[in-house]
Amino acid sequence: MTAPTIEFDGVSFAYSDGTRALDGITRRIEPGQTVAIVGQNGSGKSTLVKHLNGLLRPTEGRVLLDGADIAKVHVAKLAARVGLAFQDPDRQLFAGRVSAEMAFGPRNLGMRGAELSGHVRTALEAVGLAAEADANPYDLGYSRRKLLALASVLAMGTPILIFDEPTTGQDSRGVAAVRAVVAGAAAEGRTVIAVSHDMRFAAECFSRILVMRDGRVVLDGPPEVVFGEASWPELRATYLEPPLPAVAGARLGLGATPTEASLVAALAPARVAKRVATGAGATHVAPRAATNAPTARNG
Amino acid sequence: MTPGLAVTGATYRYSRTGRPVLRDVDLNIEPGRVLGVAGANDAGKTTLCLVASGMAPAVVGGRLEGSVRIDGVDAAGLAPFELAQRCGLLLQNASTQLTHTTATVFEEVAFGPCNLGLAGGEVVERVWWALRAVGIEGLAPRDPAKLSGGQAQLVALAAVLALRPIYLILDEPTTELDPAGTALVADALVRTARETGAGILLVEHKTEVLARIADEMVILDGGSIVLAGPAADVLANPRLPDLGVEPPVRVRLERDLRAASIEVSAALREALA
Repeated sequence: MTAPTIEFDGVSFAYSDGTRALDGITRRIEPGQTVAIVGQNGSGKSTLVKHLNGLLRPTEGRVLLDGADIAKVHVAKLAARVGLAFQDPDRQLFAGRVSAEMAFGPRNLGMRGAELSGHVRTALEAVGLAAEADANPYDLGYSRRKLLALASVLAMGTPILIFDEPTTGQDSRGVAAVRAVVAGAAAEGRTVIAVSHDMRFAAECFSRILVMRDGRVVLDGPPEVVFGEASWPELRATYLEPPLPAVAGARLGLGATPTEASLVAALAPARVAKRVATGAGATHVAPRAATNAPTARNG
Repeated sequence: MTPGLAVTGATYRYSRTGRPVLRDVDLNIEPGRVLGVAGANDAGKTTLCLVASGMAPAVVGGRLEGSVRIDGVDAAGLAPFELAQRCGLLLQNASTQLTHTTATVFEEVAFGPCNLGLAGGEVVERVWWALRAVGIEGLAPRDPAKLSGGQAQLVALAAVLALRPIYLILDEPTTELDPAGTALVADALVRTARETGAGILLVEHKTEVLARIADEMVILDGGSIVLAGPAADVLANPRLPDLGVEPPVRVRLERDLRAASIEVSAALREALA
């Protein structure tokens, strides 16, 4: 699947009460990139992503998909390219049955029959809700309604996927399902953008992190850079703390270790070196830590 | 009588289902302390909140075996307004909790205290106290309908705090909050417990928050309590991942370092502190 290139070109947005939520954002997101957007509540994260499917239109500037201004694209056409799962699932779900909820989006995109049921089944399985196809969405708990909202967007098969706070309220199995969805979509070449407060999720599952403050992007780069020591003053000005592994790695002089796996991997050679120095030999290098490091992130 | 909100032998079924959602649950929310609750989705956490606050079966219906006693008084014998003054409940989805009838956040938070029939001065004092406790004085003049998810969650929490209940039951109060907001709420809760003597039951997926403020903890699985004890002990229990609960970052790192046969040196321990 080839996803379109996304460009924000000087995008500003003010709500009708005058609140200026976005302030001249210019960014480019390449096809197939995985991008986490982090920042305080009210920094403009959700407002920014709502510009991608036409829910909001910029007050100034343009949003482009493959160079074409989406202001000229009908929302229904846009829906085939950009899928957005809301932060609050109750603003999204409306059907009386999980299967009907799931089929609504793909059916509107023209899917029928086996293709439709296949998309629905695959997406439900991806979030662990395959057994709930006949349930009423409102008989599911909040966290599972959230997974349903995510699955119903996934089923549409759009080349661009946007998840607004997908891991909030999830237990560890739910978080694991969301992580697998992100990795699976990225492997298919889809562009995945997630708004998140979960720094671990951002560091481990995304190749690029945008940090927003007051409607602007203040940091932009891979996790090693955004959570690296040089970025900490800016992060803290945004009321964000770098993840503990990044802090520990810096304290120990191990360089950028934004993830737990990268910290463990960075510690492993230190241990080997110490064993050599003390004459204990280095016969077994911790293989688990070493192999964990590259697989922990995708993208 | 021991002071506390005591749930004893609670088995609860919703009206349409035969299967109990809570099974033989015993716990006690003690004044001035924070009891953390964690568990997988559908472990019964939200139902526990409804039962412990007396909302189930009084408002929600269903059938409860066992008892809920608030400072020795059976919750089943209390009217909703009497319950509300003893036990505040914050639901998971803040937007379902706001009244949607007020023009400003100030009025939203004042709604509960006004309904208790308090004098105007007392209402105003409580509203400012509650707004300050969760750090949202600045939102007072804003329209509650135009708040972000996280802001709405803080307003809903302030509205419950303003009732000054003796016991507070909170179903994931930090879900929509950014890290700074989460820390603010955690600090506000522990301060409320210590300063006002309120007993708090806190359902939370963020084990970092529980590690920071919970005194005791229980883990629910399939409607039953499967682990209970001091928070630090429960959070270090190796069964947590199997129970759908992510251990806190320090516990995870120590586990991974052990698995990689890396010794946790004093310097490393300090770096992780």
